[in-house]
Amino acid sequence: MNIWFDLYWTFFCIGGLTFGGGYAMLPMLEREIVERHHWSTSEELLDYYAVGQCTPGIIAVNVATIIGYQQKGLRGAALSTFGVVSPSLIIILIIAGLLKNISQFEVVGHAFGGIRVAVCVLILAAVFKLMKTSIKDKLGAVLFAAAFLGMIFLDLSPIFVVLVSALVGYLAKMVFAKEGKNE
Amino acid sequence: MTTYLLLFAEFFKTGLFAVGGGLATLPFLYDIADKYPWFDRAMLLDMVAVAESTPGPIGINTATYAGFHAGGILGGFVATFGLVLPSYIVIVIIAQVLAKFSKNPIVLSVFYGLRPAVTGMIAAAGYSVAKVAMLHTENFTGLSSLAGLFNLPALLLFAMLYFLYVKFKKHPIVYIAGGAIAGILLKL
Repeated sequence: MNIWFDLYWTFFCIGGLTFGGGYAMLPMLEREIVERHHWSTSEELLDYYAVGQCTPGIIAVNVATIIGYQQKGLRGAALSTFGVVSPSLIIILIIAGLLKNISQFEVVGHAFGGIRVAVCVLILAAVFKLMKTSIKDKLGAVLFAAAFLGMIFLDLSPIFVVLVSALVGYLAKMVFAKEGKNE
Repeated sequence: MTTYLLLFAEFFKTGLFAVGGGLATLPFLYDIADKYPWFDRAMLLDMVAVAESTPGPIGINTATYAGFHAGGILGGFVATFGLVLPSYIVIVIIAQVLAKFSKNPIVLSVFYGLRPAVTGMIAAAGYSVAKVAMLHTENFTGLSSLAGLFNLPALLLFAMLYFLYVKFKKHPIVYIAGGAIAGILLKL
């Protein structure tokens, strides 16, 4: 099928099926971008998340822009970005026009209670899968644990975590590289 | 006309400076609420509730909603466009740099450190969703109230959906739809 239409439609679906922010989008991205269209690998997807995390703007939009740009340059980036925001525009404008507050309906609240549980399942499965590709050694395991615990218990800023782990990776590779040469 | 220009400028600023995801836009939106007559702080909380209970990135949903209240349908488009434009520009620049330097050993070493940390951050995001979805932390006052801490129907649903996901590996939307139906039936 036409790549332009594919970019728009894939990100339209991802935007329309994402409940609860950028991280909840990851399982959907894994399925559509990595497994179905092969537009990136799991590792690259994590790299994009890191970039999206420490650049301005909404993470979901940033990831869409990067993948669109890598497929089809500026216009690809514009199409995938427009795709990921289109469902919000349509749905929110309808809701804002018709209803004051959708969350006042009890049945919507219950549905979202169940959706949140499903989102947990999807995130957990995605994390297990990502651990296999992203944690390659002891240092990786330490960084994973430190980021996880730091975010939960110390309420660290994501930007801080990104910057520190980038620095640790840089230093570790420098040291290992030097040791390798000495041997 | 000036309303639209102001909307665009304010949301452009929000998109440029709100780093780290949708909820990072909130302090900027409070600022807008104080400065302009478009919406007030109480309405903002309603907006966030709506944004969280509809599909799509929360930041985009809130911008669309706020823009609509300030300037109708066109306002919704203008605010969203303003919010997205800065990240579009920044990301396109970064994507070019990434493409050029993706084999550079320094870039590789940086991402070597980033990948496990980002995985940890995603796990933490999952934990915070799980806390809302499956625990009653407000009931927890000590070890004697331990039983009240867990939302049992939600935990059972979690175990069942996880088993089904691992076994059948269907598209995520299947499990989201299943979760919504189970949520209504179980009154989660």
